[in-house]
Amino acid sequence: MHKGVAGSLVVPIASFFLAIVVSGLIMAVCGYNPFSAYGIIIEGALGSFRGIGNSLVQATPLIITGLAYMIAKKATMINLGVEGQLYIGAMAAALVGMTDLHVSSAMHIILAIAAAMMIGGLAGLFIGYLKVQFGSNEVITTTMTNFILINFTSYLANYPLKAEGATAQTKRMLDSALLPKIVAGSQLTWAFVIAVACAFVVKVFIDRTKVGLEIKCVGLNLPASETAGISVKRVMMLAMFLSGAVAGLAGALQVMSVNRRFVAGFSPGYGFSGISVAALANDSALGIILSGIIFGVLKNGANYLNMSSRIPTEFVSIVQAFVVIFVSAPLLIEDIFPFLRRTKEASK
Amino acid sequence: MPKCVEMRGIVKQYPLVRAVDHVDFSVHCGEIHSLLGENGAGKTCLMRILYGMTMPDEGRILIDGKETVFHSPKDAIKNGIGMVHQHFLLSPVMTVTENIIVGKEPVTEHHLLDMDDACGKVQKLIDTYHFGIDARAKVQSLSVGEQQRVEILKAIWRGAQILILDEPTAVLTPQEVDELFLIMRRLKAAGTGIVIITHKLKETLAIADTISVLRSGKMIRHRQSLGGVTMEELATMMVGREVELNVHSDKKPSGKPYFSVKHCTLSDHGIQVLKDISFSIRRGEILGIAGVEGNGQSELAEVLTGLRKPDRGEMYKGEERVEGDAKTMIHKKIGHIPEDRLVRGLITEMSVATNIILGYHDDRRFVRHGFLDGKAIVAYANTMIDEYQIKTPNARARVSSLSGGNQQKIVVARVISQDPDVLVVCQPTRGVDVGAMEYIHHRILDLKERGKAVVLISADLDEVMNLSDRIAVMYEGRIVAIKDKDDVTFDELGLLMTGGADHA
Repeated sequence: MHKGVAGSLVVPIASFFLAIVVSGLIMAVCGYNPFSAYGIIIEGALGSFRGIGNSLVQATPLIITGLAYMIAKKATMINLGVEGQLYIGAMAAALVGMTDLHVSSAMHIILAIAAAMMIGGLAGLFIGYLKVQFGSNEVITTTMTNFILINFTSYLANYPLKAEGATAQTKRMLDSALLPKIVAGSQLTWAFVIAVACAFVVKVFIDRTKVGLEIKCVGLNLPASETAGISVKRVMMLAMFLSGAVAGLAGALQVMSVNRRFVAGFSPGYGFSGISVAALANDSALGIILSGIIFGVLKNGANYLNMSSRIPTEFVSIVQAFVVIFVSAPLLIEDIFPFLRRTKEASK
Repeated sequence: MPKCVEMRGIVKQYPLVRAVDHVDFSVHCGEIHSLLGENGAGKTCLMRILYGMTMPDEGRILIDGKETVFHSPKDAIKNGIGMVHQHFLLSPVMTVTENIIVGKEPVTEHHLLDMDDACGKVQKLIDTYHFGIDARAKVQSLSVGEQQRVEILKAIWRGAQILILDEPTAVLTPQEVDELFLIMRRLKAAGTGIVIITHKLKETLAIADTISVLRSGKMIRHRQSLGGVTMEELATMMVGREVELNVHSDKKPSGKPYFSVKHCTLSDHGIQVLKDISFSIRRGEILGIAGVEGNGQSELAEVLTGLRKPDRGEMYKGEERVEGDAKTMIHKKIGHIPEDRLVRGLITEMSVATNIILGYHDDRRFVRHGFLDGKAIVAYANTMIDEYQIKTPNARARVSSLSGGNQQKIVVARVISQDPDVLVVCQPTRGVDVGAMEYIHHRILDLKERGKAVVLISADLDEVMNLSDRIAVMYEGRIVAIKDKDDVTFDELGLLMTGGADHA
């Protein structure tokens, strides 16, 4: 079993480095020096406490959206709606957070998170319901609900809930609903700790609970699960609810730690980056912590690219996309690195 | 074209097993050579090597004494070797001719396909061997036996002198088997050499000139002539110990009906697949359901086990009416051993332990404080592995790494260990070897002797005849006859299965 883990890491690691190399080549072709680009990224993202802290801040939503995407995928559902669920969750958290509920700070935080997860979950459940009841393809329904949810929350922030000022954003949340910083002076809040804890919870849920087992079973062999008396429809809807709830959590943590209010269009595609994160982690919950941090480092490093060179930050998105392409083509990776095939066979 | 194909010192090593271990094998033109062995003995692997689908790690292939290397089936076909796979590779919407000539089409001088010419040539080939099919018929209109003949023709069309048949009788009715044997004899007379992969001993004795036996990748007997060999001796060669071939129980069921199905109908996409099915079973009784596959047996099993809701009809267990989904049926103690273990039976990427408790994983024994109790599950799985003699490295091994017989034992262990009152068991020994077959049959009979009701759905007539107390025959979604085992012969059943009742 342990050998299997080593074997399952080989392809993601190779894919990651291949993505780095190919993106570097593209940079070189475009006339930029990839070595200095990667140098700036590493130096900026990991060269100082501040840099590391900011990398972890960037990693936080990626870890959670990675988990959200992964949970649905375990039950064969492709949840491309994480982005929309994240937005609606963020809006719910912001609304709860800016309302004075006369409760303790801890309770205020919990309520804001709960509201976000509930509404994100319901958005996911809706997709699951359409799928099992009417056979709608969830790739289409999630893509479409993204438009609805993102634009609806944007409308709210632009019109009825708009705060004073030029920006499309809601009022600032109350301090009682904001997540405290781990170290004063750093950007890093408890949101990161919650993200890591969430990964552990998801791992235990998938590996050790009855429902987790059923989700895995449905994902691996649907007819056999059905035969074994597992209610496949219920399991798929549940997985979509949980996926949406976790996506909502990602949105909540973002507004409760970084933005302190709902800002229209605040997410630079965290929901979609979750796909890369889960792919690089080979859908392992704990692996997602690591791959989330890796992408966090890249994203944070990209900001330094902006500041200290004229290399466009878009290259970081290219790296990210190549990772997904290579991870999802394990046979390609094995063709490029034939020695991996032997490692894999030996580990079987 | 070859007179003789020889394999010498063939070795194929997989990470954990040596599938083929220094094996010599040869086949001559004009002979029928039966390659026997249990599942996982290496028969199919050896033949895949001969057909160029797998490269051996060591060893040589000699054609008429000349060493030849096959990189792909293309090379094998070029050298006059053909193979008919267990699952046909035909396009149902195309004609017999189109299916046969694809890959080697006759063309006019302008490189255009001349279909009329092709049909003529194919029909001539069909007539030469008395195959009795129409070259212009659509493949989907043919029976399974006829489709198999199309596959054989395909190989001959490409010049096969040596023909490998992989479990050719698995999908055929007794009559179709007889016809196939007739065809094989004709091909033999015409000089074709045939290798037949099988684990059905009766058939080997009926058709083969010579046999070779593989056991655990090693050639135990090579080219033994069949004179005077009995079925028991063949079984012993295959398994390496004495095997009881005809497991049966003399205990007669008694009492009133315990499990009954009344007027069940089911439609699928507007077609009636079950038509007014009624039967009842007493405690301690096995009702065998015979029939050519695709006559509603699978759908019947799905209805009985709650996987499909019938359009009409009722089921009773004892006095109680039972209805509901699969989970309900499991809780009502109606167990289900599904027909295809890889589709409905097992989650092969999961461990043996998980698969043993699958469907019963919410049992109190396996859950502690709301979490699955890994230790308890593995401990339980270990007792099952011992009790049901499942050969696996350990309880955490993936099911995909086990042989077919052992995979099937997992399904059998899971269902029977939960002590069902009614067992719906489908194709229980499909693709499992004689050793495992003996064991699984004993388990089913054991259930019967403990007073349970069993529905045995099987395409293997020997199995149905040996185990059942009564036999129902299904044809086109209907039960056309229910007979006492002692009142019916093999041939009568075969006739009923093909809708011959009206003419009988």
